[in-house]
Parts: sequence; C-alpha cells; structure tokens
Amino acid sequence: MADGSIGLWTVPLAVLGGAIRVSTPFLFVSLGECITERSGRINLGLEGTLVMGAMSAYGISYLSGSPWLGVLAAGITGALLGALHAGICSLPRVNDVAVGIALMLFGTGLAFYLGKPLIEPTAPRLPAIDFGWWSDIPQLRAALRVNVLFLIGVALAPILYWAFRTTRWGLLIRTAGESSDAARAMGHSVLLIRLRATMVGGFLAGIGGSFLSLFYPGSWNEGLSSGQGITAVALVIFARWDPLLCLWASLAFGGAAALGPALQSVGVTSGYHLFNAAPYILTLAIMIITCSPKRTLTGAPAELSITR
Amino acid sequence: MDFGRISRRHLLQGGAALTLGAAAGARPAFAADTTIGFIYVGSRDDYGYNQAHAQGAAALKKIPGLKVVEEEKVPETDAVEKTIESMINLDGATLLFPTSFGYYNPHMIKMATKYPKLRFEHCGGLWSDKDPKNAGSYFGYIDEAQYISGIVAGLTSKSGKLGFVAAKPIPQVLRNINAFALGARSVNPKATTQVIFTGDWSMPVKEAEATNSLIDQGVDVLTCHVDGPKTMVENAARRGAFVCGYHTNQSALAPKAYLTGAEWNWEALYPKFVKMIAAGEGIPNFYRGGLKEEIVKVSAYGESVSAEARKAADEAKAKFLSSDGFAIFKGGLVDNKGKTVIAAGTDRGQKDPELEKMDYLVEGVIGATS
Repeated sequence: MADGSIGLWTVPLAVLGGAIRVSTPFLFVSLGECITERSGRINLGLEGTLVMGAMSAYGISYLSGSPWLGVLAAGITGALLGALHAGICSLPRVNDVAVGIALMLFGTGLAFYLGKPLIEPTAPRLPAIDFGWWSDIPQLRAALRVNVLFLIGVALAPILYWAFRTTRWGLLIRTAGESSDAARAMGHSVLLIRLRATMVGGFLAGIGGSFLSLFYPGSWNEGLSSGQGITAVALVIFARWDPLLCLWASLAFGGAAALGPALQSVGVTSGYHLFNAAPYILTLAIMIITCSPKRTLTGAPAELSITR
Repeated sequence: MDFGRISRRHLLQGGAALTLGAAAGARPAFAADTTIGFIYVGSRDDYGYNQAHAQGAAALKKIPGLKVVEEEKVPETDAVEKTIESMINLDGATLLFPTSFGYYNPHMIKMATKYPKLRFEHCGGLWSDKDPKNAGSYFGYIDEAQYISGIVAGLTSKSGKLGFVAAKPIPQVLRNINAFALGARSVNPKATTQVIFTGDWSMPVKEAEATNSLIDQGVDVLTCHVDGPKTMVENAARRGAFVCGYHTNQSALAPKAYLTGAEWNWEALYPKFVKMIAAGEGIPNFYRGGLKEEIVKVSAYGESVSAEARKAADEAKAKFLSSDGFAIFKGGLVDNKGKTVIAAGTDRGQKDPELEKMDYLVEGVIGATS
C-alpha cells in the first residue's frame, strides 16, 4: 500500500466509480425515453439526440465559456429534435420506429458535420463535487468526484415515479399511452400530449449528451457515444417503463462498463472481450429470465407500436 | 536513403519492381497537374492517426502543381473501392493513399490490379512480390519513438508503474507496448507496464475508464495506442498523472502533464515520395524507416521532464540515428510468460519482417494478448 496501490480493491471501487461516472447519460436518456414511451410513442432517435446534445453542449461551452449554458443548449437541441420526431409522427400512417431510426442517423450525421471544428479545441468543463473529502485514499476520492447532473438524474427518478402516479400530468401521459381513445374522450389531444412528452424526453437525452462531452469522458469526438443512446432506449424496456428501475438499471450498466478495464488493471487479463460485453450479457440474462410467451411485457404501455 | 539493413529479399523485390515498372512504363513521371487522393478511415482532425496523415496531405497541398483530394470516414469495406474509383474517374487522381490498415487486402490490391497505370501507396500493409507492382506499402518504425517515450516515462515515474491504453492486440500495437516497456526498463529495470485493451480503435468511455483504473493501481505515467489519444491525455492529466502522446503532438491539451510522445512524420515523407516519382526513380514497393529516415519523430520534451531523462533520451535517439542503428528487440528476449521469444545471439534489427508478426508481450508488461 505504501506505493499508493490498493490492489484488488480497485475492482469494486472502479465499479462504484463507473456506476457514478458512466451511468449518467444512460440515466438521462432512459428517463427521457420512459416519459416518451409512457405517452405511447417510441423515439429510437435518442442516440442521435444524445450525440447532438454532446456536440452542441461542447460548442456552446467553448464559444460562451460557460458549461452550464452548454447544458441548456444541449437540452434545447434535444427538445427540438424531439419536436421534429413528434411532428413527423403526428402525420397519418407514419411509423414511429422508422422515423426514430431516420432521426438517429440524421442526428449523428448532423452532429459530426457541425462538430468538425470542435474536435481540437478544449471547452470549459462542468465542475465536480468532491464527496470523498473525508477519505485520505486518493482512489476513493477520485471515484466520489460527482457531477451535479448525476445528482439531478438520481433525484429525477423518484420524482418521475411519483409524478406518473399522483399528478394530473402523469395521469394524462399514462392515459395517452394506455388508451388514446380514453384520452380523446376526456377531451385531450393525444398528439399534443405525445408532442410534449417527446420534447421532454429529447430535452433530457440532450442533457445526457452534455454530460458526455462536458464531464466524462469530457471532450467532443465522433466516437463519444458509441451506442449509449440506443442502449439506454433498450434499458427502458429492461426496466419495464419504471423510472426507479431505470435508475438501478443505469447504475448497473455504468458499473458493468467499468468492469472490463478494472479487471485488466488488477491482472485478470484473460477473456477481457467477455468482460467488456458484461452489460449486454446482463441485459440478455434479465430479458430471458423475466420474459414469458404467455403474456405481454408487464408494464408496457398498450398504445406502444411494439406491443400493439 | 539508407537501405543498408534491409534484407536481400526486399532489395531484390524492389529492384525487380523498378525494372519492371520502367520497362512497362507503369510509373509515369508526374506532369504539372497531378491529383493525389487521400482516404482516411476516421475523422481528419481526430488528434491522432488520421490527423497525422492529413498533416502529410497538407504538406503536399503546398507544392505547386499538385492537387490533393481527400475523403474521410471511409469504412474498411467495398466502400473504399468506390471511393478509389471515384477519385480516379471523377477527380483524375493518379497517386492514391488509402491510409487505413484494413484497406490493403483485398480492396487496394483489387484496385491496383484494375488500374495498372496508377500508383497506390498503403500505410502499414505488408507488400509482397505476389502483389501488383504498382502498389506499395510504407510504414514507420514508431516503436523507436515509443522506446524513447519509455525511457522518459521510466525516469519520470515515482512508482515505477507505467500504463498503456491499447485498442487491439495486433502486431503493430504489441510492438509499441513492448518497445515502451523495454525503453522504461533500460533505465529502471524494475519498471512495469500495465496494459489495458479496450477492444476497438475509438472507445472514449472505455479509454477513460481504463485510464482511471490504471491510475487507481498506482500508475503515474501513461501512454496509449488508440486512434484519438485526446481522451486518455485529458483524463490522465486531470488525475495528476503524466502522459506520453501518440500519433501527433498532444502537448497543447495538457502542457504540464505531457512528457514527450511518438509522432508520425508524414509531412516529411509524402513530399519525398512525390520527389521520387518526379525524378523518375519511383517509390520502392516495400518502404520502411524510423527516426533516421524521418518517418517518425519524438515530441519536444515537456517542462516536467528532468535533465537526467532528457540526457538518457537524447543518447538513445543518437543511437537510433547512428549509421549502425539500434536494435530494440535483442537476442535473449523473454516474454511475460517466461518463454524466450528471440533466441540469444540473434538481434532482430528494426527492418526484420519477423517483428511485424509480433504476438507476445515482453517481460515487465502486465497483461495478455488474448
């Protein structure tokens, strides 16, 4: 220990640190998608929204010098992409899954195009809060350097859970998702509810992107997302459209992503490809354990095009 | 050019190619308006591999009479053949540089066979005499610069633990890891180099996690072999560790943490290629070189590099530049499983093709190739 190494403790610590560092984009995208899907629509385009959010946050932070302005810009960009998705989907006979895939490609392509000049400059980053001040182990302190966005995300999950159950807005979103006829009979425009839900979902996904470029890994480049947006969309199904389960699932994915590198660093070097695949193995395992051919997925909104 | 150390086989290949080329007129001298095509696998400004090539292309743009066309993010599939076709037929390119490893076989070979009058130059491939004579492969012994980075890292590290964030265990990557580790051990025999493979060329989140895990293990100097070293450099610097760069100079990202780095020097090589063609001598089909041939270079030392480290690194550099050269991989080399991989008494010189098939990690490297 004299040389500053903590040996095998690296692995649980890295998983903890990874859960905190890597999970935030998963958390924001999955909570956003949770809102959208509860209203009865799937937005697969959130991968593109995530990348656009990352790019615009980095660009605005670089140009204005304020990372928080970057976060706001990322949210607005995400909301606009959400509005685009909802707008196209409100036309008759449009498939939301197909539109989502188109917007995923559009978002990433546009972000790469606009983000070209942003790869080289270094933008101001979001600050971290040091929760490890009580410890004198530098590794633990590093793992506990937490960003405010992570805390907001963690707080947002129970708030959404509560809002879906007890607020008027939550009820409206759920009604639109469970039975659009019922919502229409109550005198509400289903399209308007879904437009708002998709915009809020896009807003959150954009903020998730800003975390990637402004906090961790903390710079803009084209490989930044490497599929995290689409993973987070799948995570919503995995979490059964429950915001609280989204939180746990995101943390598990973040921790699992850190497992591969951490095991290699302590000398478990065989089969690292397998450990790198840990998050996906976890998903498959849980999907297989919980699925049943006799019923539809529990918790799935009835209006969702994949369940209808 | 000094080809004193090249094997006789390659000399014969080169000679045969030259005669053949001259006889068939396959290599025309360049007229005033020559178009050169560059194809990159990733983004041209990635602070890494592709940017290094783009800097080489930029050097060509400055030469009057040359027109450079570029396309980036071309996957290593049929797509590169389409790009080559369009560069030839629409832009009139007569010299092509498909720069990514996976372009070589079958894509570039196929195109070179189809257009025997044009010249194709590939970075990293292993040209053999079965391949078309109008195709060629060039590469730099960047492990020489990695060896020097290793010396600086070994003398800067307090813990004696060095870290290497690598993409995939292919020969070129393993050779860099081994050279870095051997450089460090030449000045600090107890130094270890811990390697983490991320699995692909551009995985920013994994690279950041690998960097953090290494530092958690007590590693205090890191380097990497991934497409864009920016993530590793920035995250390591944030944690207070030192870094050695790769591909291009990343010192602007972390001036205090940046010690030195292994850089490509394509902006020196590509104009040289063009001159060779203009002079009518042609480019040798199998072209290799290191520091002496100015294909690779070492970044200027950062402010944190001690006088002792500068001196040791400069001495090593002088050895590479000397007329005898310097063999990094000497006889009696043992891998990290205890197996002798190079028999005692047979030094493997830099131009030895055996080194381009490397599949082991040397003693002092913590990690495994599979």
